[in-house]
Amino acid sequence: MTVDNPPTPAPPGPDASSGTSRPGRWVGASGPVPDNTGSRITRILGVATLLGMVALVVLGLLVSPADAQLGETIRILYMHVPTVSAAYLAFVITAIGSVMYLWKRTEFWDLLAASSAEIGVLFFGLTIFNGMLWGKITWGVFWRWEPRLTTTAVLFLTYLGYLAVRQIPNDTRTRGTLSAIIGIMAVVNIPIVHKAVDWWRGLHQEKTIFGTVNPDMRGTQLFTAYLGLAVFMLLFAWLLIHRFRVAWLAERAADVGIDAAITERRAEGVPAAADRTTGPEGAS
Amino acid sequence: MNDTAYIVAAWAGTFAAVGLYALSVIRRGRRLSRIVPEDQRRWL
Repeated sequence: MTVDNPPTPAPPGPDASSGTSRPGRWVGASGPVPDNTGSRITRILGVATLLGMVALVVLGLLVSPADAQLGETIRILYMHVPTVSAAYLAFVITAIGSVMYLWKRTEFWDLLAASSAEIGVLFFGLTIFNGMLWGKITWGVFWRWEPRLTTTAVLFLTYLGYLAVRQIPNDTRTRGTLSAIIGIMAVVNIPIVHKAVDWWRGLHQEKTIFGTVNPDMRGTQLFTAYLGLAVFMLLFAWLLIHRFRVAWLAERAADVGIDAAITERRAEGVPAAADRTTGPEGAS
Repeated sequence: MNDTAYIVAAWAGTFAAVGLYALSVIRRGRRLSRIVPEDQRRWL
């Protein structure tokens, strides 16, 4: 699941990617260009994320008391809620990027949408993983085909489909258009997943984010829950910046590959042309 | 497995998956940076 290797890159040239590949178009930095996708902002985000994670581990696993109702399983929710929140944010960014791509038709929005979707799938997969472990403790089973879990599975599969569509050999414009349409349609599933616990009777507990965080949560528990949200938002931002830059580099690398192939073919053609011009003499 | 094992699995699994993904992205970025000419290695 990657946007690294576009099957049919745009033709080489000064405007190889819808006018956005001109060197310096996105530039905000000056000075030497790094040999990686890091920058000052990613370093700040990275350090903040790491420090936040350390604090989260200490608070979530050692300091925070067990919940009166959930018991020790509340510690799984410290992972579950932040990952699903980050995944939802990622999918919303994918939808925004998709809309903007269909409007502006620029490579930036296409790559932003795809990069965000990939990270969203990672976080959503982890949400399901954590939820299954929580379900095993609470319900005695890893999975039940109840409304929240079923709609969650549908949402997950939809975004896997989004990433799969991006792997289909196509030109960049067709790939961007197809995936943008899916990216817009898929985001409609989020409110359905979120409201599934209200609309249908199921096993899953009621909403735990956006207004109905466990009302009994207080003190360290509440702080840990919000710290988890903050840390995973920072992590998401850090990952998104790096992933977008990788996608950007992959597009440029594909252009470089095509340029090299054309140069090679031209070089092959030079001796052949020379043979043709000197053909009669050479034949005799 | 007891409850603690599931809790540890949830945390370890989450951090491991995120860590591996982050590592793969960083490494891919470094590899691609060596291929792409400096004047095209520009972004936000």
